[in-house]
Amino acid sequence: MTRSATPGQTVGPFFHYALPYPGDRELVPPGTAGAVLLHGTVRDGDGAAIPDALLEIWQADPDGRVLQRAGSLRRDGFTFTGFGRAATDASGRYSFSTLVPGAVEGGLPFFAVTVFARGLLNRLFTRAYLPLADGAEPDALLRSAGDRAGTLLCVADDHGFRFDVHLQGDGETVFLSYPGHRGD
Amino acid sequence: MTAPPPPAELEPQETLSAEMAALRDAYEHTGVEETQPRLDYPPYRSSRLRHPTKDLHHADPEGVELWAPCFGERDIDPLEADLTIQDGGEPIGERTVVTGRVVDGEGRPVRRQLVEIWQANAGGRYIHKRDQHPAPLDPHFTGVGRCLTDDDGGYRFTTIKPGPYPWRNHRNAWRPAHIHFSLFGSEFTQRIVTQMYFPGDPLFGLDPIYQSILDPKARERLVAAYDHDVTQHEWATGYRWDIVLTGPHRTPAEQEDA
Repeated sequence: MTRSATPGQTVGPFFHYALPYPGDRELVPPGTAGAVLLHGTVRDGDGAAIPDALLEIWQADPDGRVLQRAGSLRRDGFTFTGFGRAATDASGRYSFSTLVPGAVEGGLPFFAVTVFARGLLNRLFTRAYLPLADGAEPDALLRSAGDRAGTLLCVADDHGFRFDVHLQGDGETVFLSYPGHRGD
Repeated sequence: MTAPPPPAELEPQETLSAEMAALRDAYEHTGVEETQPRLDYPPYRSSRLRHPTKDLHHADPEGVELWAPCFGERDIDPLEADLTIQDGGEPIGERTVVTGRVVDGEGRPVRRQLVEIWQANAGGRYIHKRDQHPAPLDPHFTGVGRCLTDDDGGYRFTTIKPGPYPWRNHRNAWRPAHIHFSLFGSEFTQRIVTQMYFPGDPLFGLDPIYQSILDPKARERLVAAYDHDVTQHEWATGYRWDIVLTGPHRTPAEQEDA
């Protein structure tokens, strides 16, 4: 028997003393061999930065392995778990220190991203794909996103990748639903 | 201390209530069942510039999306499930046990997974620098808890029943008492953050966040049930609230392989 899913609700304005934790955004300590910076700004429909958003990322390791390792909440500096969490700062920016995700089972490599914010009534899912390597073809999702596919792509920069999130308006990020999910 | 005068520029509850009633009426005429909150729900004023205007894009989950982050004993101290013993003294208010199960859409338990909660204290005040509501902080209550579900998907917190609190969505706006819940499933796409409410709250009909779920049956899924079997003699009242995640996509055989 299929059950109806419990509805979501906004994360509200007061999550900062509950959800962030020491080391939440450091999947690897900054400066670790192979560490990259994944960062960006979260913006609203007026283009204003959102200082009370929260992002989570979930990713494969550089070899494309999906890990099932505990330790994300109490990082030991050596165990890569693939999960991280970062609240935006007063300028709407977030950042993660992490490793470059590898491709899983022949797919394109991406960070799975969840976005929460005050004013956002339910979480949003998206993907932050690595920039397409030379000769790499877009996958089915990127093709189906058409001229909005660029919102799903990280931009390479000096320390890693930038991935901005636009909740609304020009350049609105492509957010995902998974129709296989009943009640979604 | 006297109540601060209400700011004149805020809209009255009547305006918000009329908007919410119009949206409810329109929904009832569609005949299409909705089970989640509207992202575009203008009575929640903060949502106006923070909701996507384009439809969510359908995706088939792949790769990491078919798996969820893993948490374990090393991540959490079992004492984090008791919010009444965290700070060297007893918090003020009604001691309450909140318990239930986390299951997926097929009714299977979500085992050994992280549950995080946060809430206001008995006076309706959060320990947060942005909460300037002139109600007292409780030096013995942080309002933050965590646990791992057990092998049956069960979770259990001992806490203080939170108070309702005012906010500035409109004039004399008050949130029904609630506990924020953050949940993971066995797949990334089951991630959810929501709020649990207490039965019979007189503020339900006035609150744009609760009313952003237009279907009354769906809204009621966020309301815990008082359970006298959870209530403990001379110790704590008890509430039961079960949580159903979406999905899953993976088949039970694949789940066993995990």
